[in-house]
Amino acid sequence: MKILMSKVEFNKETGPREVFCGLTSIVWLHRRMPDAFFLVVGSRTCAHLIQSAAGVMIFAEPRFGTAILEEKDLAGLADAHEELDRVVNDLIARRPEIKTLFLVGSCPSEVIKLDLATVAEKLNKRFFGQVRFVNYSGSGIETTFTQGEDGALKALIPLMESSNEDKLLLVGTLANNVEDRFKKIFRNLGISNIESFPPRQSTELPKIGKNTKVLLTQPYLSDTVRDLKHRGCEIISAPFPLGIEGSTEWFLAAAKAFKINELKVHKIISPLIDRAKLALESHKEILKGKRLFLLPESQLEISLARFLHNECEMDLIEVGTPYLNKDLMKEEINLLPDNTKIVEGQHVEKQLDRVRESNPDLVVCGMGLANPLEAEGISTKWSIEMVFSPIHGIDQAADLAGLFSKPLKRNQILTSKTLVTH
Amino acid sequence: MELTLWTYEGPPHVGAMRIASSMKDIHYVLHAPQGDTYADLLFTMIERRGQRPPVTYTTFQARDLGGDTAELVKKNIKEAVERFKPKTLLVGESCTAELIQDQPGALAKGMGFDMPIVNLELPAYSKKENWGASETFYQLTRTLLKEKVSSSEKISPLRWKELGRRPKVNILGPSLLGFRCRDDVIEIQRILSEQGIDTNVVAPLGASPDDIERLIDAEINICLYQEIAETSCEWLKRNFGMEYTNTIPIGIKNTIEFINEVHAKLDLPLTNKEELENKSKLPWYSKSVDSNYLTGKRVFIFGDGTHAIAAAKIAKEELGFEVVGLGTYSREMARQVRATAKDLNVEALITNNYLEVEDAMKKVAPELVLGTQMERHSAKRLGIPCSVISTPMHVQDVPARYSPQMGWEGANVIFDDWVHPLMMGLEEHLIDMFKHDFEFVDGHQSHLGHTATNTNDILNSDEKKEKNIKEGIIWTESGRAELTKVPFFVRGKVKTNTEKYAILRGIPEISDETLYDAKAYFS
Repeated sequence: MKILMSKVEFNKETGPREVFCGLTSIVWLHRRMPDAFFLVVGSRTCAHLIQSAAGVMIFAEPRFGTAILEEKDLAGLADAHEELDRVVNDLIARRPEIKTLFLVGSCPSEVIKLDLATVAEKLNKRFFGQVRFVNYSGSGIETTFTQGEDGALKALIPLMESSNEDKLLLVGTLANNVEDRFKKIFRNLGISNIESFPPRQSTELPKIGKNTKVLLTQPYLSDTVRDLKHRGCEIISAPFPLGIEGSTEWFLAAAKAFKINELKVHKIISPLIDRAKLALESHKEILKGKRLFLLPESQLEISLARFLHNECEMDLIEVGTPYLNKDLMKEEINLLPDNTKIVEGQHVEKQLDRVRESNPDLVVCGMGLANPLEAEGISTKWSIEMVFSPIHGIDQAADLAGLFSKPLKRNQILTSKTLVTH
Repeated sequence: MELTLWTYEGPPHVGAMRIASSMKDIHYVLHAPQGDTYADLLFTMIERRGQRPPVTYTTFQARDLGGDTAELVKKNIKEAVERFKPKTLLVGESCTAELIQDQPGALAKGMGFDMPIVNLELPAYSKKENWGASETFYQLTRTLLKEKVSSSEKISPLRWKELGRRPKVNILGPSLLGFRCRDDVIEIQRILSEQGIDTNVVAPLGASPDDIERLIDAEINICLYQEIAETSCEWLKRNFGMEYTNTIPIGIKNTIEFINEVHAKLDLPLTNKEELENKSKLPWYSKSVDSNYLTGKRVFIFGDGTHAIAAAKIAKEELGFEVVGLGTYSREMARQVRATAKDLNVEALITNNYLEVEDAMKKVAPELVLGTQMERHSAKRLGIPCSVISTPMHVQDVPARYSPQMGWEGANVIFDDWVHPLMMGLEEHLIDMFKHDFEFVDGHQSHLGHTATNTNDILNSDEKKEKNIKEGIIWTESGRAELTKVPFFVRGKVKTNTEKYAILRGIPEISDETLYDAKAYFS
């Protein structure tokens, strides 16, 4: 496809930010792989961050935790390695069902240059056949929010065996029910060998090789994609499966890669499209003509902007993204309307100035900003919900639109006078 | 290194944020990476604040570390001062910045601003949130008042007499993310005002730097939460001679004791002593016959120091419970909690590990748990009723209604909050007693009738099956499978709608696709 990026306006901004760090992705990764444990090597701040972001997930003993660095650990590195060893031993004794243990680097562990790779290597030898150790960094000095998943997946790639089998590999965490739907549709298309990465069990990693065709389900996986390419995988270039249009293009791109006739694809998905369009109508009625401002956080912003403009007829004021990989996003950017303003990075104060100046109908932002903007009379949708809700695929298009129409609808209900009371 | 799955307290800079966010005209420049901005949601989501915390995060990244992070700090300080025009600037660092040693406080002081700058050094690897809040409030008070130390004479608690006015006091300690602070302040001010005592300043909650400078216009300080205010109260006592109160007015006895203490310190005669006993409904409610069943209820208490100690006293002396466990996560208050535990003949549990608390709870098998939100979860797992008495804060701990813990109304709130879960316990007991009656077969039944909610019940109930056969509808394997994936509480509705749709369209077999078709049709 021709690259027509010139029609979109790219900007970069630096300054104080209001975003989560990569550790936050542990919240959905640990649910995806119930046999894995995520051990952050960090500070009390890291522990507090994850429990605050995870919110309600303290009902059971969680499969994530923090080895909190103390003053004595900072004194000498040898100590810190031994201490980490001790913590890991305790943890494995307590949770013998754990099959994979992710050692997750944090801002402080990166700054003191704690070598988690060496620790993981040693532990792998000691617990050989029982637990596998993998390390990656979710630190806020290197990663933003969803980039934590990119790091975790990249770290698993060396553990994936090689195979020259033909297969379709869906890459990026999906809600289980959405994954089932996708697999069913692909099987109907005639693609029988389909696997997912990350898998539902950390030990059931897919085999990969030169006949693996990778179809991304999430836009934030730059490093994972690079390493999959190194392993010989073919990356199918496509928009992301958000909304009817994105999902359709996504299925078509996969079909093309597997030399499946386009007509067959249309035949199979057109009933899905018809009912999705029907379901989308009521949301579109609310969203149509409304002006949208997306603050950066998840890297899903560009795909969401495309969906909300092309399918829900919203007007785009500004599309923020924490990081922009123009190569991975080219199919998405091509679908954006002319003159879309994309801003990579953030200066939160200046961006909020622009929000106020442009007086949008809806702002997509993080939880720290939502209520303050609501208090100023601006409707908001918090972005963390996009990574926790099943929003992918044609069948979920209306649910995705619903996430955005609901705040507007609620605002309408609360501000209109429909009941006459005496 | 300490393995932590969940923590009662955040890091110390979150404590500093609590002080900054509680106050007006203050800005806090925090040398920290981007992820630390999560702390904003504690204020905007849990406290439902309509304003952002007054905090600028310098947002340094890995690539900045090789270069000049000090310049980045200065740039952020300059921008924050220009934009927010604070009257006082707090400057500090979070855990990661502490390691790179840019000394942002010293940098700020060298930038030539004419406002007071408070340099916060909060050791992130040894201290926690409440300590950070206390230290911040202390450093702020000290910075704003230190110039007045030598010039002023010691403040006599009797000064109001010489000045010919009502006595004035400061209420120190209430802050955002403190347990029911918002309402405690109102209650305590009301009580003081009834006694003819005026409130000079409430701080940090709602105070400005100007108010901190006015602290010395009062005769004495009310130390409402020792975790936050004791260090400051002690400094004000040492440097200005200001006396402060030690009694925390939670519960009837402590409230009366508190009023006595304030009057004694101010040498103000207490004229309505008899009235005080009747200000709250708690004493009578506790005495009334239907409270007999509360006698000797075994209660397990865990929370911050202030609330745990107060709860133990109320439980034992005002409600007639038996305290079978007492503990705190506030290491700073371990000594006081141990002393209280000793009086109650129990061993104090001082820990930050919630699993140890759950374990201790399990061992003593209490009938009621008074704890934090975490103990509420643990108690739920163990099937024990629980009432929340302490931070860490949860959105439920910021109720819309007036519900203090302190003073007369606080005692009313406590009676209801602690006793109602037990009533639920009584209901459970009744259900257990009647469970062999036919109405109770298959769990609790609604008076609306026997509406089944699980998938097989829905699909297999004879009546429904008959109706379905009549309509000629069959659920296929894929349809059934898809239906099980629907959350149980809407499953019944989804099933009905799908069948309605199938009948409408003359579809004889319901597959997973039909479910989705129906979903789209009814959306």
